[in-house]
Amino acid sequence: MFAGYDFDVIQRSWVYLFKEGMAFTLTLTFLAMVGGIFFGTLLAMMRLSKFRLLSMAAGGYVNLMRSLPLVLVIFWFFFLVPYIYGAIRGDGKPIPIGAFYSALITFTMFEAAYYCEIMRAGIQSIARGQVWAGYALGLDYWQTMGKIVLPQAFRNMLPVLLTQTIILFQDTSLVYVISATDFFGAAAKVANRDYRLVEMYTFAALVYFVISFGLSSLVKNLQTRIAIIR
Amino acid sequence: MNYNWDWRVFLAAEPGGTGTYLKYLVVGLGWTLATALAAWAIALLLGSVIGTLRTTPHKWVVRLGNAYVELFRNVPLIVQMFLWFFVVPELLPKALGDWIKQMPPPWSQYLPAVMCLGLFTSVRVAEQVKAGIQSLSRGQGMAGTALGLTLAQTYRFVLLPMAFRIVLPPLTSEFMNVIKNSSVALTIGLLELTGRARAMQEFSFKVFEAFAAATVIYLLTNLIVVFAMRALERKVRVPGLISASPSAGGH
Repeated sequence: MFAGYDFDVIQRSWVYLFKEGMAFTLTLTFLAMVGGIFFGTLLAMMRLSKFRLLSMAAGGYVNLMRSLPLVLVIFWFFFLVPYIYGAIRGDGKPIPIGAFYSALITFTMFEAAYYCEIMRAGIQSIARGQVWAGYALGLDYWQTMGKIVLPQAFRNMLPVLLTQTIILFQDTSLVYVISATDFFGAAAKVANRDYRLVEMYTFAALVYFVISFGLSSLVKNLQTRIAIIR
Repeated sequence: MNYNWDWRVFLAAEPGGTGTYLKYLVVGLGWTLATALAAWAIALLLGSVIGTLRTTPHKWVVRLGNAYVELFRNVPLIVQMFLWFFVVPELLPKALGDWIKQMPPPWSQYLPAVMCLGLFTSVRVAEQVKAGIQSLSRGQGMAGTALGLTLAQTYRFVLLPMAFRIVLPPLTSEFMNVIKNSSVALTIGLLELTGRARAMQEFSFKVFEAFAAATVIYLLTNLIVVFAMRALERKVRVPGLISASPSAGGH
């Protein structure tokens, strides 16, 4: 069945695929996760705020992001960010920022909307009495959130946050559309250069499968370990 | 921002000679919906079968179903898209593979895109259907057996009619996901809505007008789907249940 295929191409391009491609993918995934959870938590706090304007703005942003295809959002930021950066730093002319930073900003802002919904569910799962207890002790809003509500919300939502991060890891392969060299982009470039499409794309699928499957097994394991018995 | 907005560009003719840019994008929406609906038909059929099989008492059937789900859930959509477009025709018998590759565009892109999205989404449907069946009380299946129904009859007349009414809201959000995910088909050259917005930006250099139009069209489509599905949900709601709200997460 595999006669005529050349799987050596994988070995020949190993360094390029992993040291360049996979490093890009993992760095992007990690930074976008950290940024996404940070902004997502802020968005969740805004959505649950008693100030109508804040909750409406956050709700509008989250719903907008969740209604659009990621590919379209990637294009939006790819073209929009240089203009914004140019308006801030220079004379209003667009300044190119490169595929990595463009992707990082896109995924941080896009995933923030999804992390927001997770954190909102996490915050809402905390008993209201705990907030009242915080205020009764004389803590202000930020102290109550930071010391009482958010730590518990994070703990409750940790498996869901990690599952979303696995989705993020898979989604970073879409930076292909702005010609970035992530793992999949590197595989595609080698595939076209050496005309080894079958071998490279099968190999890429295999690598993504092993990593995603491994991580989701870990998350499942974690879920049973940290479950709070109530 | 130094950008010259020009909304009249939508009335200008696109270089392919099919009419205005506006028409060009609307035809793109047509391809988006044609891809999404065909994929949804596959996903609903396959997903229901696999989701149901995963709740049966047959151990090996459950294992096979689980393997299917893990396989399609742990490979990124764009990679699956490339597998369907570049790899599957090579692995098929030569005559069939050549026939697929030689179909006139856009069909040579449409068919792999539909297969890819259909199977990708079937896994998510399977998860929902399984969760729906498992949310029913055990007593319902037992009552079926006690009445003398076979396993197949119990599913057909007792479990599935209830399960489908329960999982309708999460299935709605999966349907919206297919519409959004169909944009990934632009990577294999299918000119659906996002693909056409990008092409329009390349032809006319009107970047933000093109993407703004695509954004508005996606939002309107979402709005229509939400309203239609809400009407359907009201119609098939199980009396006496607190209706579940659509689940968060996923794309």
